[in-house]
Amino acid sequence: MHEVGIIQNAVAMALQTARESGAIRVHRVRLRVGTMSGVVPDALRFAFDLVCQGTAAEGAELEIEEVPAACWCAACAAEFVCEDYINECPRCHAVSGELRRGRELELATVEVS
Amino acid sequence: MCRECGCGESGADGLAGDPGHDHAVDHAAAGHRAGGAGAHEPHQAVAVHRSLLEKNERLAERNRGYFQAKGLLVLNVASSPGSGKTTLIQRTAERLAGRLRVGVVVGDLATDNDAARLRSSGIPVVQITTGTVCHLEAEMVSRAAAQLDLDALDLLIIENVGNLVCPASYDLGEDLRVVLLSTTEGEDKPLKYPPMFHSANVAVVTKTDLAAAAGWDREQAMANLHRVSHHAMLFEVSARTGAGMEAWCDFLVQQHAARRR
Repeated sequence: MHEVGIIQNAVAMALQTARESGAIRVHRVRLRVGTMSGVVPDALRFAFDLVCQGTAAEGAELEIEEVPAACWCAACAAEFVCEDYINECPRCHAVSGELRRGRELELATVEVS
Repeated sequence: MCRECGCGESGADGLAGDPGHDHAVDHAAAGHRAGGAGAHEPHQAVAVHRSLLEKNERLAERNRGYFQAKGLLVLNVASSPGSGKTTLIQRTAERLAGRLRVGVVVGDLATDNDAARLRSSGIPVVQITTGTVCHLEAEMVSRAAAQLDLDALDLLIIENVGNLVCPASYDLGEDLRVVLLSTTEGEDKPLKYPPMFHSANVAVVTKTDLAAAAGWDREQAMANLHRVSHHAMLFEVSARTGAGMEAWCDFLVQQHAARRR
């Protein structure tokens, strides 16, 4: 359950963004969460409303864009999406250690007013 | 802030004079309805694109630089509870006596049982009790490491909280992330916890002395590890009987030497 701590960071960063933009309300927070980030989107959603209570982000919407894990296959010189987290190229079945996407855990945009 | 609508859009001259931006253009992009004054919802989308763990990542980099300057090799050891982290660390430190000076930082939710066990072997240990936190963070490690005489150490082993999920997200400033898989846990653990196994630099199969009793399918386990921890170095050890410990300790000595160069 480290999602509560992570969402606290997200809300703090969103509030800071609002302040820096001269805004007083946060309406929407958009996150990008990779499937290999080790973070469960549902747990983030569960914690979000609670963490926003009593702040300028109260009532804000949380939008999570899930980024599927993708690896690079050197033999095929192509990227492939890792189904079930398995880094095996669907074309040549070589296993890749080069994860190109999927570890994302970022605050993408904040909608403020 | 925009003086026309109070939307927070800052122009070239935000305080005095003109709004500094074209309402029709700038606000349309942000989903801004430029209709009548009553229907005005001046929302502004601000692109941030910052890591949610940036504070931890910054502190981890600081730790890494500090540890490097001290000539330390640092391991972050993670596994599920009961995989044998403490026993492996204890036996490793004992075997490395005379070759590497080992210090340990131990994380647990409660009790200092693990630290007491390690201390009984004469190993310098600092216990971090995390309370309800399920993982260690870079800041906790820097505070704990400050209690050790790092100049008198070559190898710092951080024993993370027994958990294969949350510690995967937190860089502590280690050189090598070591994940343990005991033969009693079953060979499909890497498939069940891919983020941790994928992020590991080293995977150590522990309790090989119990493999037969546990019905451990070695071939399947190695295949699973290869698929998920593709780039990781693999070791198979029994800390209790000492099998495989030689190769593991030699590896650590060699890694430490490589970093000192």
